[in-house]
Amino acid sequence: MPCINEDGTLTPSAKAMLSALSSPITSEEVAKSTGLPLFRIRSSIREMLEAGLVEEKEGKYVATKVGRAKIGG
Amino acid sequence: MEEKVITEIKETAAMPRLGERAPAFEATTTQGAVRLEDFKGSWLILFSHPADFTPVCTTEFMGFAEIHPELRKRGVELLGLSVDSVSSHIAWVRNIEEKMGVKIPFPVIADLDKKVATLYGMIHPGESKTETARCVFVIDPEGILRAMIYYPLTTGRNMQEILRLIDALQTTDKHKVATPANWKPGEAVIVPPPKTQEMAEQRLKEGYECKDWYFCKKKL
Repeated sequence: MPCINEDGTLTPSAKAMLSALSSPITSEEVAKSTGLPLFRIRSSIREMLEAGLVEEKEGKYVATKVGRAKIGG
Repeated sequence: MEEKVITEIKETAAMPRLGERAPAFEATTTQGAVRLEDFKGSWLILFSHPADFTPVCTTEFMGFAEIHPELRKRGVELLGLSVDSVSSHIAWVRNIEEKMGVKIPFPVIADLDKKVATLYGMIHPGESKTETARCVFVIDPEGILRAMIYYPLTTGRNMQEILRLIDALQTTDKHKVATPANWKPGEAVIVPPPKTQEMAEQRLKEGYECKDWYFCKKKL
């Protein structure tokens, strides 16, 4: 998994993405704020949705309580 | 025997066509699982190489890494592919960085089950039954296949030609023109030929640089 390490900790890019998701934003906005390519944001958000770290709200994404806890937020 | 032949045909016969939607896929890459739809809104160059840890492919990967910033400026992403494992890809790109000093910034599909290679007709058994040929597929932001290049195992691709191809396609889209042989950005482009006799008569009066009614160029 590109976002989540075997021990359950997050990769640096996943942390950067989750930090950008403190309030609901689009994947395009995450790409802009993190400087990561849009395809990586889309792929990572899909993975974080499956892991319950992110949720979708009307086409925007936001970190869940679990996700925020992972980055100490 | 017959079953074997049919299986072989199924594995290699699928060929995507220009102007049609590029076949959808989900694949494991060196940067995680990606789907074709993840690239929507960007141009994508999907390219295959025969195998990791081989010399021609290594020069090509360094070449693709070199043009990567220019491609990103043009809104183009790169996605490599071969019939190797993700561990092999990771070891190879690390080796390229360590030995050649070139970081590979784009993801590489580990197509061990040849799923994507089959969808895109990347395996040409006359060349190799197990390795992908040197294929390039240019897919536009709407997911339409716009160009294909196929090179044999022995011959490394020309990175400047790939950049030129992207420039030509994007110029065509932006200005509704065609581009002549060996065209480079900044040079005159071809005005689409007239479709009727009346338009042909008009064409010569429209101020273009014309050799004849069907062959007119203009500067952008």
